[in-house]
Amino acid sequence: MSTISTTQPLTTASSTAERPRSGNWDGGNEPFKASYGKLMMWFFLLSDAFTFAAFLTTYGLIRHRNPAFDPNAGVPFEFSTAYWPIPDKVFNAFPGLHGMDVPLGFVALMTMILIFSSVTMVLAVEAGHRMDKKDVQKWLLWTILFGATFLASQAWEWSHFIGGHEEGTLMADGTTFYGANLTQNQYGPVLFADLFFFITGFHGTHVFSGVCLLVYCFIATTNGTFHKRGHYEMVEKVGLYWHFVDLVWVFVFTFFYLV
Amino acid sequence: MAANLPTQAQVQGGIGVTESQITHDEHALHDDHHHDQHWLFKYVFSTDHKVIAKQFLITGIFWAILGGTLSSLFRLQLGWPESTMEWLTPVLGKWVEAGKLNPEFYLALVTMHGTIMVFFVLTAGLSGTFSNFLIPLQVGARDMASGFMNMLSYWFFFVSGVIMFISIFLETGPAAAGWTIYPPLSALPQAIPGSGMGMTLWLVSMALFIVSQLLGGVNYITTVINLRTRGMSMSKLPLTIWSFFLTAVLGLLSFPVLFSAALLLIFDRSFGTSFFLSDIYIAGQALPNVGGSPILFQHLFWFLGHPEVYIVIMPAMGMVSEILATNSRKPIFGYRAMIGSLLGISLLSFVVWAHHMFITGMNPFLGSVFMFLTLIIAVPSAVKTFNWLATLWRGNIRFTSAMLFSIGFVSLFISGGLTGIILGNAALDIQMHNTYFVVAHFHLVMGSSAFFGLFAGVYHWFPKMFGRMMDEKLGYIHFWLTFVGVYLVFLPMHYVGIAGFPRRYYAWTGFDMFSQFADLNKFISIAAILAFFAQFVFVFNFFYSIFRGRRATENPWRSTTLEWTTPVVPGHGNWPGEIPAVYRWPYDYSKPGAEDDFIPQNVPYSKTTSSNLPYENDNE
Repeated sequence: MSTISTTQPLTTASSTAERPRSGNWDGGNEPFKASYGKLMMWFFLLSDAFTFAAFLTTYGLIRHRNPAFDPNAGVPFEFSTAYWPIPDKVFNAFPGLHGMDVPLGFVALMTMILIFSSVTMVLAVEAGHRMDKKDVQKWLLWTILFGATFLASQAWEWSHFIGGHEEGTLMADGTTFYGANLTQNQYGPVLFADLFFFITGFHGTHVFSGVCLLVYCFIATTNGTFHKRGHYEMVEKVGLYWHFVDLVWVFVFTFFYLV
Repeated sequence: MAANLPTQAQVQGGIGVTESQITHDEHALHDDHHHDQHWLFKYVFSTDHKVIAKQFLITGIFWAILGGTLSSLFRLQLGWPESTMEWLTPVLGKWVEAGKLNPEFYLALVTMHGTIMVFFVLTAGLSGTFSNFLIPLQVGARDMASGFMNMLSYWFFFVSGVIMFISIFLETGPAAAGWTIYPPLSALPQAIPGSGMGMTLWLVSMALFIVSQLLGGVNYITTVINLRTRGMSMSKLPLTIWSFFLTAVLGLLSFPVLFSAALLLIFDRSFGTSFFLSDIYIAGQALPNVGGSPILFQHLFWFLGHPEVYIVIMPAMGMVSEILATNSRKPIFGYRAMIGSLLGISLLSFVVWAHHMFITGMNPFLGSVFMFLTLIIAVPSAVKTFNWLATLWRGNIRFTSAMLFSIGFVSLFISGGLTGIILGNAALDIQMHNTYFVVAHFHLVMGSSAFFGLFAGVYHWFPKMFGRMMDEKLGYIHFWLTFVGVYLVFLPMHYVGIAGFPRRYYAWTGFDMFSQFADLNKFISIAAILAFFAQFVFVFNFFYSIFRGRRATENPWRSTTLEWTTPVVPGHGNWPGEIPAVYRWPYDYSKPGAEDDFIPQNVPYSKTTSSNLPYENDNE
């Protein structure tokens, strides 16, 4: 096999019979202009999207099996295991505003925080392209901060959901129950709570993993590992994951809180 | 991680070394230079794709022997339900009670047989072995994109296997709800003993197995996309690579859904949720679970389960295409149609899952939609079958062991595929559902066929794996015993199924209507056990040939693909010196005017002017 310099464009017809083709998909290069690591992250996210899709399908199917509250029946809404609850009534608390009705106020704030963390993540990746170590550190730290705040907010949201509202709900067995766990639920059918814990918990686990990865990136940036390597691609890959987790939250938010 | 491994894409040199490639690997251009590695990292925790492939293969052989042994045990029970099993007490211990096999353990046997064969042998053992071994060698890469993740993929599989193996020895027995683990049976520990700890370990094991599949899958896909050598366009890839590529895509998109289902089931079993449970009475006691849906589990399971059968069969299809062309000394017939039909099968495999659920009370209209989509799969399948037959047509056929198994594959695929058309019809399926007709169908079309593909692959690529040839005479004996054995087992099983024998029954002695089939069942059992013992011819041949086989040459089958341009046993990095570039498709066999009856992919057109077609002289 002859080794040929292939930097020159191929010109004559006879020479093409001696050289391999060199188009974008003809091998010897990266057709998506992405390194193998970045491609792997994309494919992993595609796969993970199917995991979440299965969970949200489960949510949709089970919700569809339960009756919805009928506002035209003339009876005001109250928690009952007979129908699926209205999210505005379940998630209406805000830390520090005890007793006030703030429908979806807190979760809207959480969502804003998470979306802001995506913005700072973009800035970190952009700083990485400029090889600006100081800026990468700064924006990674903001992202970690926002991510951790989201997790802490979720912990509050969960504990409030578990603890329950002021008034309990009379359950089928005649007892009054406050809050929710995996087997009992004052807000509605038990599966409402099962799905809430399971899906937001699964998403929260993803956020937690993301924060761990970001902390790793921050340490490696501070130690100069990426700078010595000559690129900040690891930050970019973690960034892809982070945006994905944000995107999934948008769907989870829509399913549990909006519709 | 891969600090001393020159295994990345970036080693390729030549065209297309971009700046990013250089900066991603400090070890570029080390080629195959050898490192002194501790044996632990060379043979056990290896990141070399060829070693990992052999690890998958040998682990797969272990599981196949175990899975086959289990089937022999329950065939003994089915063939001779009245006779004593006392002599098995040394092996089965307390599962033989008063000379009889414990019925609960019978269910555990079929469950474990299915799980082991489908997942551990025909998924991990088949595509784990050959995707790992062939993708880098045939696309012209030093190794997989990430050798480290590849190693993790094997060890996740290994740990998953260890957990499944331990579950067999539990006091309450392994999982026993069938390989499809439908709740509520699998969800309630009080339902059957096998739904206790055995089921928990089954779910943990499968979760790890799914992680292994994902780690492997992203690697296969990325390697095929990013690491092809110069000139290896997608339309010059061997069909093996196309099939491994699409298999990995199927796995990547369907296994996570099984993961979801398994996770939900774990919560139902261990944390009191009711995702799959509602309105259940056990021993007169109502369970508190309300609102869930067991049918939901079936949807989630079969969204994986159906693509899974194509994950099993497609690698076999790819290897058979390659072996048929090589040993017919003819180009594969309809190369592009072969790729198109693989794409068609991959796409359709995601929209047919509910044909496993026709009798769940689903809307008949929905059933007819799934029936329609299911029957369309016959089209790409038939395209492939006719292309294989047309490849054989007037070929200069060499009956190597691999070729015999490939032809056997085509035969079994046709025989099993035809009954698929029957079962795909909702109206007929309602009659056949859960009978031995179904068992016979899928054992022919995906079980035995995929096994034949696996055998064909091992016989064909053994010389490249171990540098020695497997014995052809033993290969013939193995083939004929297996081929005849498989038909003797599964053809009569169709009759048994049409007669209405339900699957998973411990014994039929309680039904008078089935007594006339007792002889036939005995016959099936004898054939099954003989066919199982015939596999030890292969096992012997395999291990004997590793050490004592005839020494192989670089290209013993006179084949065109890139793996045969490596040394007899390729070292670390696969090619000493530069990776060859690719100029032509992989099927230039018996080209008119050529000096030899095959032209390897790395021979430029300028060297073959006597056989070039007009457009190949100015290949633009």
